[in-house]
Amino acid sequence: MKKAMQPDEAAALIPDGAVLLIGGFMGVGSPHRLIDALVERGAKDLTIVNNDTATPEKGVGKLVVAGAARKVVTSHIGLNPVTQKKMFDGALEVELVPQGTLVERIRAGGVGLGGVLTKTGLGTLAADGKPTVDIDGETWLLEKPIRGDFALLAAHQADYVGNLEYSLTAHNFNPVMAMAAGVVIAEPENIVPVGVISPDCVKTPGVLVDHLLARAA
Amino acid sequence: MDAKEIIARRVAAEIEPGTLVNLGIGLPSMVANYLPENAHVFFQAENGVVGLGARPPEGMEDPNLTDAGGGFVTAVPGAASIDSAMSFGLIRGGHLDMTVLGGLQVDAKGRLANWIIPGKMAPGMGGAMDLVTGARRVIVAMLHTQKGSPKIVPDCTLPVTALRRVDLVVTELAVIEPTDAGLVLRERGPGVTVEDIKNATAAPLIAEHVPPEMRHLI
Repeated sequence: MKKAMQPDEAAALIPDGAVLLIGGFMGVGSPHRLIDALVERGAKDLTIVNNDTATPEKGVGKLVVAGAARKVVTSHIGLNPVTQKKMFDGALEVELVPQGTLVERIRAGGVGLGGVLTKTGLGTLAADGKPTVDIDGETWLLEKPIRGDFALLAAHQADYVGNLEYSLTAHNFNPVMAMAAGVVIAEPENIVPVGVISPDCVKTPGVLVDHLLARAA
Repeated sequence: MDAKEIIARRVAAEIEPGTLVNLGIGLPSMVANYLPENAHVFFQAENGVVGLGARPPEGMEDPNLTDAGGGFVTAVPGAASIDSAMSFGLIRGGHLDMTVLGGLQVDAKGRLANWIIPGKMAPGMGGAMDLVTGARRVIVAMLHTQKGSPKIVPDCTLPVTALRRVDLVVTELAVIEPTDAGLVLRERGPGVTVEDIKNATAAPLIAEHVPPEMRHLI
């Protein structure tokens, strides 16, 4: 059984300079209270891996605005002008990765694969500096795995052993990131007794989850 | 009928019943408004739903049910929610029948540029590179010119989204099919002449006869 912790306790576990995989797509399916606690703690020099930097007021965007990030690895920054400004000013390193490549790089990191071979990005700026591999006469781009020190996830429900169930478009990167980090912290909307989430509905087995955030007061 | 409506209606006529289709943000998303009721098309939103539905009634929004632009949506009967690995597996794995995307430029080889204007605008590619590389059919839906400048050019001056040749380009002036021989003019917009189209296009166009006006605009 997991112990439910408060957001500030969870944020205190995460040191400055850590590599964080953070779930969410335009802030949907992001661990909002955990993000707020990191901003509150004044976290610094983080590397953030996330689908997009949302907006300045939402999700991962808040960490960018607060200056908590040294680098972001992401597929889209178009709705967060602060990310773009910091990038153009040289205050923030931005690695833009095609969305499907990003999720597969994280998946590779989580399931013990040495890389991903894809056609996506071949012949574009996204292939700059990356090796290609020829297999049976076809050329593929080699993309390396991504792992994090921490994965910060949002879930619809967790049970007492940490099994996670997600809702609708709030799945996005969360189930994949749950496999790819040293420490996994999940922020569920509800925590329910074991048995309420049917085994068929568990998308992330509790054995992968280290800490649960207590339900909001 | 304004320019964007012409484009959206014409693209809608390209969608086959019973297919899986991904519509980009902006103009491409208008295409869904012009499908017949019984089209039995499933729309994918790459953030994680197969079977994207219309906007919900006011006050009925679910914060966990959005489209790729973050707007509130519904799901149609038979819909499935999926994670990002499954979503892009559908796209890259050849399971997506068609994608409709906006464009900044298309060139004579049929290559699309739609994700960055270096030094000016760097929103990121999002899912565009995967979609152009992996979808079975790629349709570009865009205005023919940008502030009077042609967007269909001999060679993309902006960084391309993929090397893959797109299958069809639909603008308010023309339907153009990129082929081995070059860009073939297939249809004209309502009331538009071949001369009008050539004047608004920087790339060479192949038009061996006068092509018909666009079909299915009603």
